[in-house]
Amino acid sequence: MQNANPVIRETACALAHVPDLVRYGSKPRREIGAGALTAEQLAGSLRSLDDARSYLPNRVFTGELSVDELARFEQPWFKSKESDSVAASPKPFGETVSQDRFYALLRLADVLHPPLFELTSQGHRILHQASVDHFLFDSISMDETRGVNDTAIADEIDSGSALPIESGGKLIGCFRPDNRAEGRGDPNVSAQHLLESLCTKASAGLALMWLLHRSATAPEQIEYIISCGEEACGDRYQRGGGGMAKSVGEMCGCVNASGMDVKNFCAAPASALVAAGALVKAGVYDRVAVVAGGSLAKLGMKLQGFLNAGVPILDDCLASMAFLVTRDDGHSPLLHLERGSVGLAAIGSSTSDEAVYRDLILKPLDAMGLEMTDIDKYATELHNPEIMQFAGSGDVTKKNYRTIAAMAVMSGLIDKAGMPALIERVGMSGFAPTQGHIPSAVPYLGHAARAMRDEKMDRVMFLCKASLFLNRITQLYDGVSFVLERNPGH
Amino acid sequence: MLKGKKVAIFGERDDIAGQAIRNCVEAAGAEVVYETTSCFV
Repeated sequence: MQNANPVIRETACALAHVPDLVRYGSKPRREIGAGALTAEQLAGSLRSLDDARSYLPNRVFTGELSVDELARFEQPWFKSKESDSVAASPKPFGETVSQDRFYALLRLADVLHPPLFELTSQGHRILHQASVDHFLFDSISMDETRGVNDTAIADEIDSGSALPIESGGKLIGCFRPDNRAEGRGDPNVSAQHLLESLCTKASAGLALMWLLHRSATAPEQIEYIISCGEEACGDRYQRGGGGMAKSVGEMCGCVNASGMDVKNFCAAPASALVAAGALVKAGVYDRVAVVAGGSLAKLGMKLQGFLNAGVPILDDCLASMAFLVTRDDGHSPLLHLERGSVGLAAIGSSTSDEAVYRDLILKPLDAMGLEMTDIDKYATELHNPEIMQFAGSGDVTKKNYRTIAAMAVMSGLIDKAGMPALIERVGMSGFAPTQGHIPSAVPYLGHAARAMRDEKMDRVMFLCKASLFLNRITQLYDGVSFVLERNPGH
Repeated sequence: MLKGKKVAIFGERDDIAGQAIRNCVEAAGAEVVYETTSCFV
């Protein structure tokens, strides 16, 4: 059925708890380099895998808890007694993998010869052990120790040419720059930049594996992949050139798919979903996967607040997501793509909150013949407030709901006194790790689909913002919104 | 009140953007000497 709206058939959300990679986040790396933070101070503030797995917001991200359930718990969530229950098993939308299992994925993602991520003999043993007994890891073999030279790896690290990769005090291996002739002297293919790119690929691969599993889709059935991460792959002549989508598809066996990368800062997942839906609606492809890998640079981004408060560093997970967009299957939630239904912040629009929200909320709803009150939930920037508030950045999610409620007042739908009640009804707490594009509304997609399947919700609007001005070549920022609706065939 | 004054602007993406503040203060006759918009996410 061409020209009908597509559906978002399945969602996957995964976390990789990587405490020993926090040092390679932008902020910790700079602090350590400046002598303001020691590796020992950092190590002493990191939390355990059990603590990360049982952390309430992480359990919402992976679908074990609903946002309503999270709202019943008082902050601080990291101290919650409910967080004592350790749950290692797969969750509804994915799982929280251990650091060693993530390293196994990182090794799998590395296709260069000589490898970027070289394992020590000890590293081979540890990663092999971490990758067995998991149904997603059947194809991963870490038991090849041929050619391992532990002394050479130690020398590379000591000389400063490669980064040490550790796990709980054990040396797993080293991570190199591109040492081939074409890579020498190019800061764009330094060990740090390539580690960032490969972490995005490995974590996106994890989410795509989960998506294929959850949707009972064979990798060969995927026709197109759109990646929407915030990394910038490429060398000195094409920094940010892309290629992430096909790299992730290659890693997951999607041999019949091609792909492209969509860039739009935090709003890239929304832009990618709209593009994927448009390709399906136009009949170009039937099955499009949207993938978003995690951001190494943003690990430990808010660590100063945690260190000052004596709180464990809570931004210690790489987060990733994947979505499967297909033709209408008669039961999955519909992605509205009729003309005018996708909200956008035009180049010529004012940057005032009123103008932006008018473009993102009122205009598309008007095009669909809907009022603001016809929307059951608004998903906006869903950053975990506990991470934001320790850093003094405030509750970003709450700020956005205040503006949404103000728009309802200005539209004459409610009076000012009705704002708290509206926020209570259409809002939610943030819960997603502060990984840039990851928290931008779409982590709620799986929750919305579940509520629609249970006939508890009819429509959800997703509102995503993007700080384009961070590129230093414009003062603009962007916004994208779309509406998901319960499938009438369900 | 702002006419002829020099103004430094610190905006925030999820609150009031620098450009929106600039539009207001320039309309009130101020000269913007510094403007930034922070993104804390």
